[in-house]
Formats: sequence, structure tokens, C-alpha cells
Amino acid sequence: MGTKTKAKPFDEMTLDEGGVRNAYAAYAQWLEETSTERLTRKHEQADIMFRRLGITFTVYGRDEGTERLIPFDVIPRILDASEWDILSRGVIQRVDALNAFMHDIYHDQDILHAGKVPAELVLTNVAYQPQMLGHDVARRVYAHVAGVDVVRVGEREFYVLEDNVRTPSGVSYMLEDRQTMMRLFPELFANHAIQPVDRYPDELLRNLQSVAPLGIDEPTVVLMTPGVFNSAYFEHAFLATEMGIELVEGQDLFVGEDGVYMRTTEGPQRVHVIYRRVDDDFIDPLAFRGESSLGVAGLLAAVRKGWVTLANAIGTGVADDKAMYVYVPEMIRFYMGEEPILNNVPTYSLRLDDDRAYVLDNLKDLVVKEVHGSGGYGMLVGPASTAKEREKFARLIKTMPENYIAQPTLALSTCPTFVDSGIAPRHVDLRPFVLSGEKTTVMPGGLTRVALEEGSLVVNSSQGGGTKDTWVLRE
Amino acid sequence: MLGRTADNLYWMARYLERAENTARFLGGIYRMSLLPTATAGSGAQWETLFLSPEEHEEFLSRYDVFNQENVITYLAEDLDNPSSIRSCMCSARENVRAARHVLSTEIWETINFTWLEICHMEYAEIVDMGIYQYFEWIKERSHMFRGVVHGTIQRGEAFGFWQLGTCIERAGNTARLLAARSDSFRSTASRQEGVADFYHWGTLLRSVNAYKIYREIYRSSVEPRKVAELLLLHPDMPRSLRCCLDEICSILNHLRDDGDCVRDAEELRARLVSGRIDRILRSGLPEFLDDFGKQANTLSTEIQQDFMMVR
Repeated sequence: MGTKTKAKPFDEMTLDEGGVRNAYAAYAQWLEETSTERLTRKHEQADIMFRRLGITFTVYGRDEGTERLIPFDVIPRILDASEWDILSRGVIQRVDALNAFMHDIYHDQDILHAGKVPAELVLTNVAYQPQMLGHDVARRVYAHVAGVDVVRVGEREFYVLEDNVRTPSGVSYMLEDRQTMMRLFPELFANHAIQPVDRYPDELLRNLQSVAPLGIDEPTVVLMTPGVFNSAYFEHAFLATEMGIELVEGQDLFVGEDGVYMRTTEGPQRVHVIYRRVDDDFIDPLAFRGESSLGVAGLLAAVRKGWVTLANAIGTGVADDKAMYVYVPEMIRFYMGEEPILNNVPTYSLRLDDDRAYVLDNLKDLVVKEVHGSGGYGMLVGPASTAKEREKFARLIKTMPENYIAQPTLALSTCPTFVDSGIAPRHVDLRPFVLSGEKTTVMPGGLTRVALEEGSLVVNSSQGGGTKDTWVLRE
Repeated sequence: MLGRTADNLYWMARYLERAENTARFLGGIYRMSLLPTATAGSGAQWETLFLSPEEHEEFLSRYDVFNQENVITYLAEDLDNPSSIRSCMCSARENVRAARHVLSTEIWETINFTWLEICHMEYAEIVDMGIYQYFEWIKERSHMFRGVVHGTIQRGEAFGFWQLGTCIERAGNTARLLAARSDSFRSTASRQEGVADFYHWGTLLRSVNAYKIYREIYRSSVEPRKVAELLLLHPDMPRSLRCCLDEICSILNHLRDDGDCVRDAEELRARLVSGRIDRILRSGLPEFLDDFGKQANTLSTEIQQDFMMVR
């Protein structure tokens, strides 16, 4: 498998033999000339900026409505043009394949007939929505916004951990982290050619307008949020403001006789595209969870009549399922006739007897994840686990094997990070944001998440991870 | 604009205005309590802030006696009292948060900063800060918030709903302020003012920034009849009922050609335009204020219905 934990993981800045990588040449020198006191001061300033802006995150399972800051690290993650070339082509290829896959499984199901993906895995998947069968979505795009999680283990070795094609979040941190860095360290932006990311809201809006129902010249786009208590509410409000569109909740919308409307002070107003940040299950109480108060009754029927476009489409969850993940390379070959640019992490399906036996014997070296879980909840990191936790997971796996997958523990790359003890390497991942509409594009950058605890591999913000600004340098 | 967003702007304004008014009233009472009068130290002054039997009962269900500490605790920092200054700031912030996409970042930062300062503040900290300084600080934050909103909010609907909320709440609070003192109109309306009364009315005027305006307009010593006239009927006194209704009508006419709320607001305003203070005092100030309060509530409900605000 070749992914065994090395003694020392790949570092984004420093070379094993000493010295620094090209991308960090200018930054490393600046860092050397900068005192720890100055960094500490900047670090504190950043904290105040974020708190005053209210860029907070709600942590579930704690006191209701606990607001927390996602720690921001002042040392950027830097990628040079050649590294970004691989990454950007790789994630675009993946999202294109996933969109083709979703069109296929909701239409002719060629890939299932060809035996490349087990039909029962798709058709009995809880995220598969039979109501979408035969429905043509605008431009055949299902995942208008995707956030693909990538980790790095070597110079040119990138692995995709997850394709988030439901309602991925984090893009506001990408934008705010950049703003903060520019305010804190303007001099760095003068001596680095950093590709800008601030046009993202513009591109997102154009992308959403491009998938409006046919025949609408000036579509009205809205952003639908579950409300102020959602953990990503800040981001919803932020994006709505930046795009200059209404931020609606389910109660603000209704399905009329010829379209979907929002309740405004001047009466009902027609809506054409809904960028929704509400999960499938909650979006339409008539079609899905009846008790949901977050959705709009009859919305699915309105979608099927072509009155309104939902972004992302209903039923995308089937494609970013951890069980489906295994087949993404196959999808790329099947639909695009290309070899995957980014690697898949070898994955054990625990419903298979051989795989399960191996995993149960080697829990200590593996990462076990829930198939439908997200946000780092319900996850076992073998090397960091206690015997008791491993016992618990062994029990869970035996009871509901189809609910879990296991993967080898990857040696995630590290990046210098400013922590209490000074500058030290910490593990990072990267979530670039991919937009699909008229064409597929990716912002040069993304959200770098960093595990602030020494040695920790869990970067999720819900588990105490932080973020870094991500720089992509021009050639 | 979404009806719900209009609702958020309206309530953001109401809660902020309520917090400011509560700070003003408490500040006024605090100053009066420092005056050498017969009732000083008895807590009677603190009790005047509780108008109805329900309000008394609600207070006494959790505090044993009306005194400075209990009343300030209840009205300034008690999160179980939805109208306490701290609760109002919290609610105002939640409404700003829900309408963030139509408001400037500065508006959010101003309320958020206030909330971060106040969210842990209990009576001991208020005493530590200085009771008077605390009320001044709340007022300052409210002034600042109003300035930021006025300077950055989009004209048209957003501005309109914010103004509506401010004026309706302000009118209601001025009415409450007078209602709390309406007994003294009965007893002293025809009698010679004592020195203590002079200070009382002076303090009351100061608590709503009306002292200088009173002097400017009446050029006479402070008399209860004129105080009532100023706060009820004078169009140039920014916190008077008349002035608030003038603004409400002008905004509603701007937002809507027709509707129940427009007609009712005009009617309410007409009563203040044609009202004469002697007649009002003769037929009973408490009754007049009570009636006004009810009509203002109806108006508020109608505004919410006419503009599809949901609650």
C-alpha cells in the first residue's frame, strides 16, 4: 500500500536535508527576520478581529448555542504554481466525473449496467433519491459547489479524503482568512505574487445564475439557510451579503400555482435559483422528513416541474458517501476516459468478510469512519486511540459493518504553525472549492485546516482544529 | 425585502431603544434616590418603575423587596426578564445577526462589541463600574449604534422599518415614564411646587434629555403640567409622543399608500395634534396613557401584519 506512517511526515516548508521549498523561500526569510513578540501581537489582533466580526462557529453537543472562534493561524500555507496545477486539475476532474455519475444514476444507469459500481450500493443508499429519476437538471450539473478534501503525503503525492458535494462549508473562512492576513501583514502581499480569491462570491453568483430554469433572463437567486442557530450561519449571511441576494429560511418561501415565491414586504416575489444550505432530509416536509420546519412544502414537486433550480441538487449525497468514494477512480475512467490525477486512499469496506477480518485485527493502525458521518464525529483514529475506544469500535463494526469503512492512517503533511511553544509543525489538509455551471472552475486557494494539537491528525473545526490562509503563487 | 428581515430590523430597533430607555429611567431614579427627600432610602422610588399589578407580581415572585440592588438587578442584568437591558441587548444582537446580510459590518460590530462587554456583567460589576457610569455607557452604546445605523443603512425600506421600531418603542417608553409619575399630577397639579418636586421634575426631564428643550420652549420654572405637555404634545421634543407619531406617519406614508396601519397611525397622531393638556389632565392622565398604550400596541400588530412580518 505504500502509505505506512513514515518517521517524519512531509513538511510543506522545510526540506528533510535542510533549507526550505521554493514556495516558501521569501516567506521563510521574512519569518526569520520577524520577532516572536510581533507574531504574538499579530496573533492576538487576529483573535480580536474575528471575535468582533462574529466569525464564530456553533459546536454541537455542547451547551446549546455555544459560540466559539475557529482558531486562526498567522502562518500561511503556500503552494507554488506547479503544485496547484496538479491539485486544480485533479479536483476539477473529480467533480466533473461525480456530476456525470449523478446524471447517470438518475437516468440510464450505464455505470451500474456495466458493473463498474455495485447497483445495490447506489439504489439502496439512504442518500439516493428516487424522486430525482428521469428529472433533467439545468446543464446536467448536480454539485454546483463542491469542497474536495485533499491531503498531501509527499512532493507530488496528493490523496483525496472526501468529496463534499452536499452543502460543503468553509469558503467564508477562506475569504476572511485572506482579508485578515492582508490587514495583518500587508508587506507580505507586496513581495509575493499571490493569486487572489476574493472574486469567489461573484463567480458563485454567476454560476448560480447560469443554472436558472430555461427562459429566465434575470433570475432571482436566494440563499436558503436553516437559520441563525446553524453552525455555519455566519457563512450563509456572509455569502448572501457578498452576492447581494436575499438570505431566506424555509418559512420565507412557499410554492404557489406557477412557481416558488418568497414573502416580501411588497408581496410575493418569484424565486428561480435556491442556493440551499439545508440538507435533503429537511428541505421539503412533504417529500422527506414530515416534522421538519426548516423546509418548504412542495419544493421537490416545484423542482420536478422545472420552476426552480436547487443548488446543490437533491440527491447528491449518494455521490459523496464514504462507501461510494471507493468507486470514484472508476467513475473517472468510465465517464472521462482518463486516469485519476489525485489518489484515492485505499479503503476497506467492512461489509466484505476479508476486509472486516483484517480491519478488526489492525484497528491500532487504521482510521475508522462512519459511512454517513461528517465533521469528524463518530471516527476512530487508531494510532491515537485507547484500548477502550478500539473495543467500542470493534463492537460497532460487528453490529453494523455496512455503516463503517476503514483506511490506513496517512502521514498528513505538516506545516509550520504558531502555537504556545513557538513555531512548530502541525498536520494540515486542504479544501479547495470547485464551482460547476457553464464550466467547472476552482478558486486558486482553499481552506487549509490545521490540527493544533501536537501529532493530532484530526483537523475538523468541531474537534478543535484551526485554519490558515492558503496562498497559491503565480508562476 | 423579506417580511422576516423587515421584522428583524423593526425588533432590532425596538430592543435597542428599550435598553436605552430602561437605562435612562434607572439613571433618573438613581439620581433621585440620592436627593434628600422623605422617601429616600425607602425604596419607594424604585417601585415606581413597576406600573401594573402584573409587573409588581412578576418582580415579587423572585425578589423580596423593592430596593436599589434588586430593581437594578432585575431591570439591568436579569436574563429571565426579557425586557432587562442585558436581555434586550441579546435580542437586539440576535435580530441584527438574522438580518446581517442587509446591514453593514459596522452595525454588527457595534452591537456585538456591546454584547461581548455586557454578556457577563452582573450587579457587582455594575457597581464596580459605577452605577451612574453604567447607565451612561449603555446610553452611549445606543447613541453609537443609532449613529452607525443612520450612517450606513440603505435608505428606503430598511431605514423605514428601523425608524418605525425606534419611534414606536420610544413613544411607548415616554408614555410609561409619565405613567410612573401620574399620581403626582393628581396631588400637586394645583399646588405650589416644593424644592424637592422641582428636583424631581428636573431629573425626569434630564433623563429624557428634555431639560434644555423645556427651558428653551417655556422659559419658566419646571411645572408638571408643562412637563406633561412637552412630553405628550410638543412636536419639537424628540422623545414626545407627538414627535414619534409624526415620524411614524411620515414613514408609513412613504412605505405604503394605504392599509390599516397607515389609517390607525394617522388617527393616533390626530388625537395628539388636537389634544389640549388641561383637558387631558382633567379627564385623567393615567386613562389617557393607558388608552394610548393600547392603540400603540394595535398599531404595532398592524404594521407586522401589513408588511408580512412573521413572528
